[in-house]
Amino acid sequence: MTSLSQSNSLRGRVRGGDNSPLSMAFLFLLWFSVFFAFVFLLTLIVTTWIDGAARLDLRMFTEFPSSAPEDAGARPAILGSLMVISVTALFTLPLGIAAGIHLEEFANRRNWFNRAIELNVQNLAAVPSIVYGLLTLGALTAMGVRDKNIVIAGAMALSLLILPVVIIVTRESLRAVPLEIREGSLALGATPLQTLFRQTLPSAVPGIATGSILALSRALGEAAPLLILGALVFVSFDPNGLFSGYTTLPIQIFNWTGRPQEEFHVLAAATSIVLLGLLLAMNSIAITIRNRFQQRW
Amino acid sequence: MATNNVKKSDQKSGTKKSAETTVRIVTADHGPVSEIVIPALECQDVDVFYGSFRAVSDVNMAFGKNEITALIGPSGCGKSTLLRSLNRMNDLVDGARVTGSVTFHGENIYAPEVDAIEVRRRIGMVFQKPNPFPKSIYDNVAYGPRVIGMKPDNMDDLVEEALTQAALWDEVKDKLKQTAFGLSGGQQQRLCIARTIAVKPDIILMDEPCSALDPIATKRIEDLMLELTKDYTIVIVTHNMQQAARVADRTAFFTALPDETTGNRTGVLVEFDRTSEIFTNPKDVRTEDYISGRFG
Repeated sequence: MTSLSQSNSLRGRVRGGDNSPLSMAFLFLLWFSVFFAFVFLLTLIVTTWIDGAARLDLRMFTEFPSSAPEDAGARPAILGSLMVISVTALFTLPLGIAAGIHLEEFANRRNWFNRAIELNVQNLAAVPSIVYGLLTLGALTAMGVRDKNIVIAGAMALSLLILPVVIIVTRESLRAVPLEIREGSLALGATPLQTLFRQTLPSAVPGIATGSILALSRALGEAAPLLILGALVFVSFDPNGLFSGYTTLPIQIFNWTGRPQEEFHVLAAATSIVLLGLLLAMNSIAITIRNRFQQRW
Repeated sequence: MATNNVKKSDQKSGTKKSAETTVRIVTADHGPVSEIVIPALECQDVDVFYGSFRAVSDVNMAFGKNEITALIGPSGCGKSTLLRSLNRMNDLVDGARVTGSVTFHGENIYAPEVDAIEVRRRIGMVFQKPNPFPKSIYDNVAYGPRVIGMKPDNMDDLVEEALTQAALWDEVKDKLKQTAFGLSGGQQQRLCIARTIAVKPDIILMDEPCSALDPIATKRIEDLMLELTKDYTIVIVTHNMQQAARVADRTAFFTALPDETTGNRTGVLVEFDRTSEIFTNPKDVRTEDYISGRFG
């Protein structure tokens, strides 16, 4: 009997089983937090689905917005979102990854200037998106650009928004590569650049890709900086270039939600499902990359 | 750069100078340096600094060609620091600098016109923890020759030769394309040695190469080291005195002494001699205390 109770108590301890009231209360609090978050997400998805499923049909993908709800679709918004996010990726990834590599691998950390940059990159990651919209607006005005509701301007604002995030994930992925790998390469007579491109960076790519995709999906859901730049809310044409007018999914949702007719609210819900689907797809790709290619040391 | 630093430390103050003198007295009778017939590498007045902290002071010694030289001493005595300054691996540490000269093939490797990359190619290094690259066994060995632009007639032969010299070929010849992480710790360390041999260096520096290995794997590495002296000069840092006694032709004993001006401990060479002399007839009482286990 004693041995049995002993083994039970041991098992309890191994599982972290401390039975005091305080720890039980804490455990309950943790469960409640998880439950709360989960219920919140589930409610969102279910209600959106119930509201929007009726209009989640082919028209959503093929039709332009219209004053007649039964003819309206989000085609330009879907194309606009994809286009803006692609251009954002083109701007951000080379710049952000290069900056991250420089700060992590080459910059002298004892230099106050580099330390100041490091600190500021961290702070910039926390700046609200609307501020980047205003910054882009100001910059374009100073440059004398009159039409700011163009794809390239939106992509610039979103790039500024996620650039700090990309820099930070690049640095963290590089830092996760053990110093011994760099030393092993350098001790063979490899140059620092060879070491970077043949050892450090390939090992860090899964982390960089995952983080960058997550950053891009954040940009995909942004409406505020694009609205500041005057992104169109009613677009009856496909965006066809860097200087074309455009709308994106969040803006389209914003627009339809503001209409008085109930049918447009249904459309907004259906568009939300499309946006959620797109985000889910991107995040799945990120998780797949992480699980498939992540290097364990 | 190096000469500038020397000047700076000389200019500092008279007290500093007296500290240096103390250190010099301590290390005065260390060496039958002249006894080494062909030195592969020679240290003259080598000081290693991290920022303003002097980690190693005034080392004068030579490493004989095709010999194994062991660096022993308690933790923090600067032996690993010295080892890393022999192929300019210390350059990679922010704020690290070396004064004095390390002569290799008649040239100071710290001279401004000398390329650190070339130095590291000619003086290879094996680390404490086996650090294979996340690649196949074959690619681990072929990596060095590829990056330094060696154009062997046949890379396969070069890889086989290096793995054979490192006494690993028979164990891995059927799984060259498999990841190096699948090997045991001892095999990984021999792979790292093979990788170093593949670029055909003159000297191999080993920083406690067996400290992460079991006794059997250690024995294999030691046998391998003795075998490698046919073609290479080896310098090994070890915490294991028996290991030094077993493999080294010559042994240098280092210890850490407080600097008189700053009070910071700095590594000094106490005694450098034939291994048999060091272990049976040490000249310095501190060496004797250390090897007999009374200290350290």
